[in-house]
Amino acid sequence: MRSALRTRDSSLLRLGLLVLALVFLGVGLARGEQQEVLAKAVRICLECIGIG
Amino acid sequence: MSGMYRDRVRGPKKRRLSFQRKVQLAAAALFNGYAAGFQKGKIFTSGSKALCVPVLNCYSCPGALGACPIGALQTALGAHHHFPFYVLGTLMLFGLVLGRVACGLLCPFGLVQDLLHKLPLPKVRVPKGLDRPARYLKYIVLALLVLLLPAFLPSDTGVTPPLFCKYLCPAGTLGGGIPLLLADPALRSVAGALFSWKAAVLAAILLAAALVRRPFCKYLCPLGAFYALFSRFSLCRMELDAHRCVQCGRCESICPMDIRVTQDLSGPECIHCGRCQEICPTEAISRSLGRRTAGEKNGPEASK
Ligand code: SF4
Ligand code: SF4
Repeated sequence: MRSALRTRDSSLLRLGLLVLALVFLGVGLARGEQQEVLAKAVRICLECIGIG
Repeated sequence: MSGMYRDRVRGPKKRRLSFQRKVQLAAAALFNGYAAGFQKGKIFTSGSKALCVPVLNCYSCPGALGACPIGALQTALGAHHHFPFYVLGTLMLFGLVLGRVACGLLCPFGLVQDLLHKLPLPKVRVPKGLDRPARYLKYIVLALLVLLLPAFLPSDTGVTPPLFCKYLCPAGTLGGGIPLLLADPALRSVAGALFSWKAAVLAAILLAAALVRRPFCKYLCPLGAFYALFSRFSLCRMELDAHRCVQCGRCESICPMDIRVTQDLSGPECIHCGRCQEICPTEAISRSLGRRTAGEKNGPEASK
């Protein structure tokens, strides 16, 4: 019984997290954050390669 | 268990290239498919780099076709000073769908560690008393170097550097730094103390990987830590059929993460590499999609 409840709680939490992830993604896209990611990723990151 | 399954015990399977290795190689080639970049010493600059890959793969690797989520997270916090909706949403989705399958099957730096561990050098088992607390280090790296310091450390320029990338990330040095410096004399001429530090960190991690199984994943990787937090909710799971298990212990001896497989399969430390499944003589271990079985343990205690 207890474990069935725990499994149900897990499923609900999973669903909640999924909704939250999709909301975050949607908000991020609406704010154009993917462009920031692109701008960083198409230039050599000097910190990453150990120069700057 | 089950005498009936004891009769069905198979000998170890003989294969040239395991399922895990094939997927790892394909994923490494896919995430780093811009082969010309290595020749030219240039990085890929097209639109796919707006997408984060689910693994630790430096976006300054000449072959990289996508963005590193850990680098992107630090940039959103430290350079743009906003809540990282896009990167965090993407990472949460990866965590919920794949979880640490990304570590066991997809991550190129996981592959590097697995291959190094094949070198014929003495193997070391980290004592439990050190191993258990050390597994929490990766959560500290995630919280401090990736999230809190980039978000809150004041800086004169208004831009806090990506501290994990700058001081710790071995994937950046191996995939980005070394190939770019080899190809570009101008970059070589400006490499100084920081590069020496990063090269030393990389060398230490690579040496450790030859002696200990997956040391970076166990103790330091912030992306592994992030996915570990989601392991409870992840769609991809490993399952053990207790009726089939003959308690032979082969799974536990082969597990690269030193997990008590018969008790804690699919917990936060399990990277879903499937090696236990391959070696199990009674086919008691399988992959599944969906529900978590009640009563699984969480936390680094899940390791032996
Ligand atoms: S823990 Fe990090 S380095 Fe290891 S496989 Fe996962 S993402 Fe890659
Ligand atoms: S328990 Fe199995 S799938 Fe998980 S890390 Fe260990 S060997 Fe790999």
